Amino acid sequence: MVSFKKDNCKGCGLCVDACPKQILRVAPDQINKKGHHPAECVDQEKCIACAFCAMMCPDCVITVERK
Amino acid sequence: MVVFEKPHALTDVPMHYCPGCLHGIVHRLVAEVIDELGIEGKTIGIAPVGCSVMAYNYFNCDMIEAAHGRAPAVATGVKRADPENHIVFTYQGDGDLASIGMAETVHAAARNENITVIFINNAIYGMTGGQMAPTSLPGQVTQTSPYGRDPKLCGYPVRVCEMLSELEGPEYLERVTVADVKNVRNAKKAIKKAFQNQIDGKGFSLIEVVSTCPTNWGMTPQKAIDWLKENMLAYYPLGVYKDRSAAKEEAK
Repeated sequence: MVSFKKDNCKGCGLCVDACPKQILRVAPDQINKKGHHPAECVDQEKCIACAFCAMMCPDCVITVERK
Repeated sequence: MVVFEKPHALTDVPMHYCPGCLHGIVHRLVAEVIDELGIEGKTIGIAPVGCSVMAYNYFNCDMIEAAHGRAPAVATGVKRADPENHIVFTYQGDGDLASIGMAETVHAAARNENITVIFINNAIYGMTGGQMAPTSLPGQVTQTSPYGRDPKLCGYPVRVCEMLSELEGPEYLERVTVADVKNVRNAKKAIKKAFQNQIDGKGFSLIEVVSTCPTNWGMTPQKAIDWLKENMLAYYPLGVYKDRSAAKEEAK
């Protein structure tokens, strides 16, 4: 599963492009402290913990765990 | 079980870089390498002038801020003062390393100083608002070349790795990029080798990272990465440009 430090996210969307399962998105209905739309995971069950998103995140906001 | 988390050598300070700027990835790779080699306590980083001027806030190791372009000269002093106990790296952009700091870079390489240089090449001056850099591509539109860079007027971009590879001095020169996951992995390997070379006392290692500047290129982060792959990599081919130890091994 993936978790985000939402307030540090700048909503660049590089994680969204990197995800092979296409379960990430830039949340259109949220705004964080910095004023950006943060990234979020829409289906944790489908996450395969490949950490591609975390590897492409320039702001190191993503932690990836395997159950 | 945690598969991926922020490396310890990176602080919790939120980075000031623009959304989608690849500086953050390179910062993280350097921090991961410092963690893996277990050298956080004895590493000294030299921050440049440019977008990464505040790199000293983001690394947990000791950092020094150098005058514009003089990071390799400061690193030389720090390394020579206590060569056994310090690992010294500089982190520089193209405006810092390839423009005002060209002399320091070339001479540090020629002297084969035992330091590690991380060089971010994004073909534009980021911090000052997108002016033409020595690495801007022919035809590239910037603030100071609104009709595209004209090589007849402004000359041709500098390929730093190729240029330094002609010198006798440097130990290791490699050009990598961080545009996708595969290349991020390769970049980390290269950065790790550059630090390992210094630990082994082999000498000057420079890793050039081809990067983007979505803000000043006037693109979304995704489009900037596509532009990088299409245009930047054609002019700046990836690869190892010099590996003296490997060449010596082969000669045997």
